[in-house]
Amino acid sequence: MSGPSDFQPTNPVLKWIERRLPILGLVHSSFVAYPTPRNLNYWWTFGAILSIMLALQIVTGVILAMHYTPEATMAFKSVESIVRDVNYGWLLRNMHASGASMFFLAVYIHMFRGLYYGSYKEPREILWILGVIIYLLMMATGFMGYVLPWGQMSFWGATVITNLFSAIPYFGESIVTLLWGGYSIGNPTLNRFFSLHYLLPFVIAGVVLLHVWALHVAGQNNPAGVEPKTEKDTVPFTPYATIKDAFGVSCFMLFFAWFIFYMPNYLGDADNYIPANPGVTPAHIVPEWYYLPFYAILRSIPNKLAGVTAMFSAILVLVFLPWLDTAKTRSSRYRPLAKQFFWIFVVVCVLLGYLGAQPPEGIYVIAGRVLTFCYFAYFLILLPLLSRVETPRPLPNSIADDVLAKTGGKSAPMVSTVIMLAVAGTLVAGSVQNARAEEQEAPPSQKWSFSGPLGKFDRGSLQRGLKVYKEVCSACHSLDYIAFRNLADPGGPGYSEAQAAAFASDYKIKDGPNDQGEMFDRPGRSADYFPAAFPNEQAARAANGGALPPDLSLIAKARSYERGFPRFVFDFFTQFQEQGPNYVSAILLGFEEKPPAGVTIPEGSYYNKYFPGHSMKMPKPLSDGQVTFDDGSPATVAQYAHDVATFLMWTAEPHMEARKRLGLQVFVFLILFTGLMYFTKKKVWADAH
Amino acid sequence: MHLCEPIAGLRSPGKGANRTILDCLFRTVLAGRSDLSAAAGIAGAGSLSRVTFHGVTGAVPPAADEKGLGIVTTASSADHPTRRDFLFVATGAAAAVGGVATLWPFISQMNPDASTIAAGAPIEVDLTPIAQGQDIKVFWRGKPIYIMNRTKKQVDEARAVPVASLPDPATDQSRVKEGHDQWLVVIGICTHLGCIPIAHEGNYDGFFCPCHGSQYDSSGRIRQGPAPANLAVPPYQFVSDSKIQIG
Ligand code: FES
Repeated sequence: MSGPSDFQPTNPVLKWIERRLPILGLVHSSFVAYPTPRNLNYWWTFGAILSIMLALQIVTGVILAMHYTPEATMAFKSVESIVRDVNYGWLLRNMHASGASMFFLAVYIHMFRGLYYGSYKEPREILWILGVIIYLLMMATGFMGYVLPWGQMSFWGATVITNLFSAIPYFGESIVTLLWGGYSIGNPTLNRFFSLHYLLPFVIAGVVLLHVWALHVAGQNNPAGVEPKTEKDTVPFTPYATIKDAFGVSCFMLFFAWFIFYMPNYLGDADNYIPANPGVTPAHIVPEWYYLPFYAILRSIPNKLAGVTAMFSAILVLVFLPWLDTAKTRSSRYRPLAKQFFWIFVVVCVLLGYLGAQPPEGIYVIAGRVLTFCYFAYFLILLPLLSRVETPRPLPNSIADDVLAKTGGKSAPMVSTVIMLAVAGTLVAGSVQNARAEEQEAPPSQKWSFSGPLGKFDRGSLQRGLKVYKEVCSACHSLDYIAFRNLADPGGPGYSEAQAAAFASDYKIKDGPNDQGEMFDRPGRSADYFPAAFPNEQAARAANGGALPPDLSLIAKARSYERGFPRFVFDFFTQFQEQGPNYVSAILLGFEEKPPAGVTIPEGSYYNKYFPGHSMKMPKPLSDGQVTFDDGSPATVAQYAHDVATFLMWTAEPHMEARKRLGLQVFVFLILFTGLMYFTKKKVWADAH
Repeated sequence: MHLCEPIAGLRSPGKGANRTILDCLFRTVLAGRSDLSAAAGIAGAGSLSRVTFHGVTGAVPPAADEKGLGIVTTASSADHPTRRDFLFVATGAAAAVGGVATLWPFISQMNPDASTIAAGAPIEVDLTPIAQGQDIKVFWRGKPIYIMNRTKKQVDEARAVPVASLPDPATDQSRVKEGHDQWLVVIGICTHLGCIPIAHEGNYDGFFCPCHGSQYDSSGRIRQGPAPANLAVPPYQFVSDSKIQIG
């Protein structure tokens, strides 16, 4: 992509092709011989990481689309059947869902790198603007992708975001109707979002090509911010940049794999495991973490149109960056003031992200306004001003000089920034959980056999939990996503196929119509799903004082609670993911005969210490001795609660054991591979010094 | 060996043992590599002699600096058999293994999922409503299964044909269950290109495929037309005289 190539293949077949379509020469000049500044640091590998992530998102996305149903009544279920039934479906889905977060993380680092080293300055303005376009497309794609699972957060996120457009004067309402394809978010919306979510990544890929083209015309910027002058300033792309990028990618993959295999729900929202319900809005609508800073800006302005405008301007201002910062020196390394303000700006962005996840009240609103001002002031006041008043430090004569000067080894700032960013990232990620803050007592953490990287379900506990479910819970609660055959699945309660079939045959399943057109009952088969307690939602509500007993299949993933700072940071490293079972078991144990003094609860409700709001429509379901176990386990409520919570964790994620097992194998491999890559990279680069 | 390595010293003196092991390992792959370098046309006399030198001393020869800033690409470094080659081979091999292993989930997901497999479990069919000379079509694993209660005439016809004269020789007895000779159970998918033949049509009192005119007899055997084989018999058994289980 950088002009005619002198690539001359010797092989006659390649020669023949090359004369007609010089594609090899193009590849050679762009990715082999292409001169790259020899002083690039690891922040520059994020370009390659992003390319890989885009490719991976497209591949996993295309695969998920093979199994996904973009239809309002089936979308949620189809996602569940992907993770439950499709071979490696859980893996592909985790890759795609965490992949989106990783993609954004990488793009933010890539953008901040550009900001710090002045990569947007002449002659790279178009390169930068193309980047902003890619970022905007990514935001649109990410948003629409988040709608597809059709959970509560999907639905209400879609509602809130599409309603942003209603702020547009005169045309707002019609535009929103146009986006929805109806009078509210519904099946037509889901369908078009699916179509666009499939389309946009390819548009992104196209713009990425332009981005790379522009990059290869202008040449890469570098930490010194001086253009390469002689041959000594550059090294060929292959093997030098290739191997360095590959090493960067393999490090990133280690980080990525941690999410895929061990923390798949850390960045997600428990509410999205509740199917979309147009009648109930979740207590806190929080977008995915990567939108939080902009969400904070939106909320900090008390006028609808102004808020929306501010939010979009916060992104669009980036387009004008090359003309706002007119300083001649590119790299902040040689701009003492700009460097400090850059880090302040990073902190402002992280804090905005934190605020975006907080409830919009009290101090948070004020802080949001101050930080919003800081955000815009950085671009509109500070950078133009700095370009005029700042005296930069002397630049190195050439890149080669810069490399020589640095051989003293000054990688400490790099390490500290990595640590700082990691902490900041977990802060934002964790603040998503903070959003669900209640002044309520958190359920006590219990010991679960399935926690941690080597966790496995306790088969006895699963079998006892199944018994409690069957004899008690199933009177009101359905278990829609579990089929009898699942009882014989590896990593489950450990029954044989014959036992599962026998278990199934105890149930009456409605089938039909038969030849006479009538429905009939027949004994259950392995392939049947657990039948629901009530024929429909209305019947369930009528029998339960107006409340709907929730389906229990996903309850252990759909319920969570705040962990608080700094615990959620440690959770990331200790792989704490057991909020759901802790909550389920706490609820079962949290009933109290009489509410504490001063608390009244409505007629027909029951006091529960751990239920949000404490007033629960479900009476205390379990009492000692109610279910007897064959294995001699104590017939106590505490035992029941523990077993049911274990069982429900399994129903929520039947492949958890497979996930953790494969995760271990992947980690062993990736660590070895990254080590090999490290030494290979050093060997290759030894030639260049 | 005066490579400056500003980042860290892999070749620190304390790693002598490591080097020997790597070199030994390397020599085992050396045989395979030398013809590769010859094929690449870069194994000049110099490099060959270096191999010898290398083999004798076990030391690491100078690899890169003689080329100045001209770059030794990873692929062509076979002319300098050193432990860096071993490193490159190992890294490349690990990448290949990892890549192939990663591919597997992406391919395996295309196979039938667990619910599809479960839905393909055996089914039971009651035969009482099927009168002589009639047939029903049931579905098993998404395939139409013809269950035909054959007349005496149909059975006799099927058994009268000399087996050797058939395109796909098989006796009628081998295609039905002993003691239930009037019941023909076949997968109703034409063995030509998958259309569904129509029962009780054609010249052989059996099936006729409308797509390209294949004709099957009353035993479901191909008699005429482009189809190469008889209609397949699905796995089934009689659970009672009037009930079969398919699958
Ligand atoms: S498909 Fe039946 S004859 Fe071709």
